[in-house]
Amino acid sequence: MQTEIIIAGFGGQGVLFAGQLLAYAAMDEGREVTWIPSYGPEMRGGTANCTVIIADEEIGSPLVRHPAAVIAMNLPSLDKYEALIQPGGVLVVNASMVNRKPARGDLRAVMVPGNEIAEAMGDRRMTNMVLLGALLVNLPVLPVEAVERALEAHLPARHHRLLPLNFQCLRKGAEFVAETVR
Amino acid sequence: MARELLKGNEAIAEAAIRAGLQAYFGYPITPQTELLEWMAHRMPELGRAFVQAESELGAINMVYGAACTGARVMTSSSSPGISLMMEGLSYIAATEVPAVLVDVMRGGPGLGNIAPAQSDYNQMVHGGGHGDYHTIVLAPATIQEAIDLTVLAFDLAEKYRSIAVVLLDGSLGQMMEPAELPPMRPVRQTFPAWAATGAAGRERNVLTSIYLDPPKEEEANLRLLRRWQEIQANEVRFREYFMEDARFVVVGFGSAGRVALSAVRQARAEGIPVGLLRPISLSPFPTRQIAALCERAEAFLVVEMNAGQMLEDVRLAVNGKRPVEFYGRMGGVMPFPDEILGEIRRLAAGEASFEGHPRDRWLQRLTGSN
Repeated sequence: MQTEIIIAGFGGQGVLFAGQLLAYAAMDEGREVTWIPSYGPEMRGGTANCTVIIADEEIGSPLVRHPAAVIAMNLPSLDKYEALIQPGGVLVVNASMVNRKPARGDLRAVMVPGNEIAEAMGDRRMTNMVLLGALLVNLPVLPVEAVERALEAHLPARHHRLLPLNFQCLRKGAEFVAETVR
Repeated sequence: MARELLKGNEAIAEAAIRAGLQAYFGYPITPQTELLEWMAHRMPELGRAFVQAESELGAINMVYGAACTGARVMTSSSSPGISLMMEGLSYIAATEVPAVLVDVMRGGPGLGNIAPAQSDYNQMVHGGGHGDYHTIVLAPATIQEAIDLTVLAFDLAEKYRSIAVVLLDGSLGQMMEPAELPPMRPVRQTFPAWAATGAAGRERNVLTSIYLDPPKEEEANLRLLRRWQEIQANEVRFREYFMEDARFVVVGFGSAGRVALSAVRQARAEGIPVGLLRPISLSPFPTRQIAALCERAEAFLVVEMNAGQMLEDVRLAVNGKRPVEFYGRMGGVMPFPDEILGEIRRLAAGEASFEGHPRDRWLQRLTGSN
């Protein structure tokens, strides 16, 4: 049994970090986990994604064709990954960066205005945390608290003043409950 | 025991350091560069040698020189960079000095791309450099194995005065998984008796790859060959999954092996009695173990991220006793498990064939023509 999550967006949106945070949390909870980035001649503003697999046994393929859940941080990511999610899977969309709603009726999807929320909370760079919170509340793979503990345990001490804001953004995102699209 | 979330390239670098690495020489190339970067900050802070050479040729010859002093030395690169090192590797093999090489393979031939591939199998396992020599080649499939095999590579290289290669693809280099690093071994303070350490008060040690007298060269060749026989007898490593009652056997190494594991699990869920043999030592190859499987396996499937290079070694082991099929992705493309599952279903449906070459049959299925 495994849960596969793809987080995709522009380089600079914190896509890879959000995935690493999930991986740290899974490891600290005693689970097996893989984190693999799309790597290439990429840069800020280019596309970036990572695949995180969380399981209770040795993980085989680190890549999946059909993930259980996707965080789409921008429109190209929504266009690319919506069609690939497993039926009944979870789609978290950064509503701030897309101009359409998900089209599939067999997903649990949620539109989260991540940029606006993060900005209102005081730091636009927290958009990834808002969306991660929204993922965790809708996908029964790890509790939000596990990710908070992982942040505290693995964020370098010099960044610890940012912990409360990170927690607030995760919690704010976790208020967005996904629904089946109609 | 503390598991850490580690990236493949960095895990290998730190594992080498903890195995007592004394000198690293290298040149940056994607998707291996994090390994060199890790060495660049760790080795000087530990008072050990790190040199970014002017090229891969420089790096491998620095490894050669340092290895002659009996120090624990290594280099790392990716496919095109490894090609540049081949002359040096042949000299190191001929001189019978231990060295560790890490190849984080990428798409090729030529400059290719920086995506994961396994197309250096033949180059590492069946030579590359000129002359009669063999290298030990170890292929990890997880970050933990990458760590453990890196440490083992140093021990085997020294035990057999041989080159030991850790061969992985770019995806494993870039991937993060929880793994445990070994404790820091103290750097060895003594040097082997054969090393060039200054001959004051003792007989000179001569380390060379030149034997101008052919009978002397043949003697050296025989010595290498005898040592290789010993390695073949003692250092075969592999891992088996679901093999107890398997009537069909998938063979895959490294990342292709772990993708195959997902496919084998799915096939098992469908009731297909299939198992996976994942060679860990590609050289020496688990030939006898695969040959023995012919007693009970009905057919084999070889899965690789190349055009069927290990396939030939599996065919030699099977020796025509059972049909062997092949499935590969090339150019830096990783297979998804469902592609391999489709091939396992073909095997289970009795579609494995003796006719022609497995690679030709695969191409036929892939493109409709050979």
